[in-house]
Amino acid sequence: MSSQRTLIHGVILGAFCLGFGTLLVMTNGYTKDDIALRAIEDRQNSLAQVIPDSIHDNNLATDTLTLKNDQGNEVVVYLATKEGKVTGAAFETSSPGYSGAIKVMLGVDPDGKILGARVLAHKETPGLGDKIEVKKGDWILRFTGLSIGNPPLEKWKVKKDGGQFDQFAGATITPRAVVKAITQGLQFFDANKAKIMEFKADKPQTVDTEAGKAPAKEAN
Amino acid sequence: MTTMAEYRTIAREGLWTNNGVLSMMLGLCPAMAMTNSATNGLGMGLATAAVMTGAAAVASMFRNHFTQEVRIPIFVLILATMVTVVDMSMNAWLHELYKVLGLFIPLIVVNCLPFARIEMFASKRSVLPSLADGFFMGMGFTLALTVIGAIREISGSGTLFADASLLLGPAFKFMEMRVLPPDTGILMMILPPGAFLVTGLLLVGKRMIDERSSKAAQVSVAPSAA
Repeated sequence: MSSQRTLIHGVILGAFCLGFGTLLVMTNGYTKDDIALRAIEDRQNSLAQVIPDSIHDNNLATDTLTLKNDQGNEVVVYLATKEGKVTGAAFETSSPGYSGAIKVMLGVDPDGKILGARVLAHKETPGLGDKIEVKKGDWILRFTGLSIGNPPLEKWKVKKDGGQFDQFAGATITPRAVVKAITQGLQFFDANKAKIMEFKADKPQTVDTEAGKAPAKEAN
Repeated sequence: MTTMAEYRTIAREGLWTNNGVLSMMLGLCPAMAMTNSATNGLGMGLATAAVMTGAAAVASMFRNHFTQEVRIPIFVLILATMVTVVDMSMNAWLHELYKVLGLFIPLIVVNCLPFARIEMFASKRSVLPSLADGFFMGMGFTLALTVIGAIREISGSGTLFADASLLLGPAFKFMEMRVLPPDTGILMMILPPGAFLVTGLLLVGKRMIDERSSKAAQVSVAPSAA
């Protein structure tokens, strides 16, 4: 008798799981495309902030290149191209701040000059460390136009460490982390510049590789 | 049938007498973690209210189809499904709001308040009263979170309903106010300790009001009895 009760409970629970599972599958089906679309829009918005519209005629979010950084992590590089030539690149770089990693989106032109930098995500103390957000202050805008060499590498530090960037009253760790993230980003760009500059826009690329194979055969 | 008076009782219980945060002291985790601004409190409250209303209706609909022994896993299942549906729909169609609240929506599933209301109310009553109970309990929760958020935001950052237009749409820009001049707020109030202080003070405040009104009720009853 008791085993029969157990069976009934199992069947009831199983039926509910099946029902709600189906509901979830349906919801997922209805929302999947819109969610993917929103993710692309988000990426385009954050890319548009660090790469000016005037320097590219391609879709930043879809022309990408995946490279490995010093730590062996994969970095997705979004490329700006105009008439097939690379005019800039944007990628995420991060460094641990006061609490958790600070993620920065960095746009760089072919000479290694910063086109724009924006903090994408952070968990710094509100009111102290959050001045790195463009919404809360213009601090992050001061990086635009700089590169390694201007100022020289040893000046890529906050003033407290002998560099040229302001720290905030009551928060040094946060700006120090942002400066470090941006410096590492620029170094990553310099190290991979050759690969980035070689990039050809998506559609021509498939044509190019075929075209590239053909002459190779002829040469043989 | 549930009469109008009963619905009124359900509304009063949810919004004040039995308020989720200030009386039952359930759902304190989101009530403290999400209330560093009035807008965040309002958004979290509304999302929770939506889940509670839906979950209460569903639980009540199926109340005769499950046995006592398996009701707890089924309640969990209902809540988890509702939260996931709300999470996915918001991500797809209310994306701006989702960017503000997205991280916290999944946390509704571990909020004791919706669970407690299903167990105490929805699993025993018919669909409409359950729906009303879920809605008003959710609104009471929203009210508490918005008040906590407003107090913390005014004293901590000197603003009120900052970024409300992101949550509710550009038409609500007028709600965004600066109460104190910039950089005058007490930083602690928007950090975790502020949440404990404000919630504690609100609990005291509610107890005092309740005590006073019950005394007033006794006084007004006494002469008629004599």
